[in-house]
Amino acid sequence: MVLSGFLRTVPVSLEQGLAYALVALGIVITFRVLAFPDLTVDGSFPLGAAVTARLLTLDVDPLLSILVAVFAGFLAGCCTGLLNTRLKINSLLSGILMMTILYSVNLRIMGRSNIQLLTVDTFLTPLENLDMNRFIPMIGFFVLVSFAFKFLTDLYLHTQMGLAMRATGDNEQMIRTLGVNTDNMTVLGLGISNAFVALSGSLVAQSQGFADVGMGIGMIVIGLASIIIGESMVGVRTGKKSVMRLTLAALVGSVIYKFIIAVGLRMGLAPTDLKMATGVMVILALGVPALKGGKEGKLHLRGV
Amino acid sequence: MVRLEGLRKVFKRGTIDEKTAMDGLSLQIADGDFVTVIGSNGAGKTTMLNLISGTYTPDEGEIFIDDDNVTHLPEHRRAKYLGRIFQDPLMGTAASMSIEENLAMADLRGRRRGLGWGVKKTRRDYYRDTLKMLDLGLEDRLKDNVSLLSGGQRQSLTLLMATLSMPKLLLLDEHTAALDPKTADLVMELTEKIVSENRLTTIMVTHNMNQAIKHGNVMIMLHEGKLKYDVQGEAKRSLTVEEVVKRFGADLKDEALLC
Repeated sequence: MVLSGFLRTVPVSLEQGLAYALVALGIVITFRVLAFPDLTVDGSFPLGAAVTARLLTLDVDPLLSILVAVFAGFLAGCCTGLLNTRLKINSLLSGILMMTILYSVNLRIMGRSNIQLLTVDTFLTPLENLDMNRFIPMIGFFVLVSFAFKFLTDLYLHTQMGLAMRATGDNEQMIRTLGVNTDNMTVLGLGISNAFVALSGSLVAQSQGFADVGMGIGMIVIGLASIIIGESMVGVRTGKKSVMRLTLAALVGSVIYKFIIAVGLRMGLAPTDLKMATGVMVILALGVPALKGGKEGKLHLRGV
Repeated sequence: MVRLEGLRKVFKRGTIDEKTAMDGLSLQIADGDFVTVIGSNGAGKTTMLNLISGTYTPDEGEIFIDDDNVTHLPEHRRAKYLGRIFQDPLMGTAASMSIEENLAMADLRGRRRGLGWGVKKTRRDYYRDTLKMLDLGLEDRLKDNVSLLSGGQRQSLTLLMATLSMPKLLLLDEHTAALDPKTADLVMELTEKIVSENRLTTIMVTHNMNQAIKHGNVMIMLHEGKLKYDVQGEAKRSLTVEEVVKRFGADLKDEALLC
């Protein structure tokens, strides 16, 4: 009885976890690759949702509406990067500024605080109309999308440009003396990261059937929690294939996080306390090693 | 050929901490010269390297490398001319990346980086052969993260990276000072080998007068941002520490320099 209750949370956690996995993947690029603590995420996630929702209600082609959302996220990330590199505003503050600005932008885009998408055809509607349990095509779709982007990210981070981006986060002075404009690398990385996040926002809005201006609150903490969980499960500290492990950790962590939350809710955690629980989870993960006095894992926890 | 013309750099201008780090330095370095630079703390040695590599821009004066005026080029656009090694062995390599990835990045010094594969199979054999020269066994550890290497190994790798694509000018900023004496000797030996085999134009800042006298064909001494003394050719070869101390002891307050 209890067990079957837990089992029932599995498909929901899988679907949601995979849908949010792109957020974690985006955060891997900023926090872990660039060592840039980017908080734009809280704004670019609803940005993706808002753009898609608005365009769908205007009868724009679903695929096109997703692409526009992704591009909007890319621009938002670039803006944060420009605030930091050109205007020399502190990285955390740059993200907070963009996040705040995006709140108004999202309201403008949607024209109100939320848009429901149950009555319009979305990109996912054909999948939902298949003659089978909704979860099967949905999970299949999100597995496909999240792993596709994971592999693309892996490939990119092993190209000449990708190596330069990783070095920008690792040793900025060194890669600059090798002729890389690290400012441009930072802007580009933030753009890519927030494009992923906006894509996630767009897909989540379509799968849950609405976009809401508040749906991004705490997204950065959720993403961080996912990464930390994923890294502890996948084990990223070993040197070889570190990039593949990081991106895998994002996907695994995102799913496990949703599963932990679903189980928590089943066991009586109040939905209103969710963000607090997530926050405490991150604090414990970051804080306990420090209290133990351990220095290991410093690189492993880059960006925080 | 490298030319520095009347370089001036003042830090914190207009404050009580105002410091003239470079006070009208002019210097000409011929192709293939190996210049060692001595001088006490604050003489302007590192400032000179920072000006050449673009970390700072001079207040006055100009810098030419091969007749190209690079005075106002940003740091990343001078990369094609320069290889630089810092005192801190951690500064020259990306620790979280593998040895071959670090070499691949150095391989593209100053060139456009596209979406081509980072570590090319065809270059990997070349990296392995070059690493063999270090005689540190790194050729079998191409995929190991640099963070696993010791300071001396990292500095040797940095040296290889700085010279991989043959810079017009190699800048060495006390690059053996942070290493234990035995490793320092090894790295210095390696430096000498790479520089002489490739006839690299080199500027080496050092705190160690013996090193400055033993290596290179030109030695210069900086004092308060000016060129105090330069010696080359036969005079340089027959130079001794005692002679330098006798002439400049008063200016060389830095005891480390004399040991």
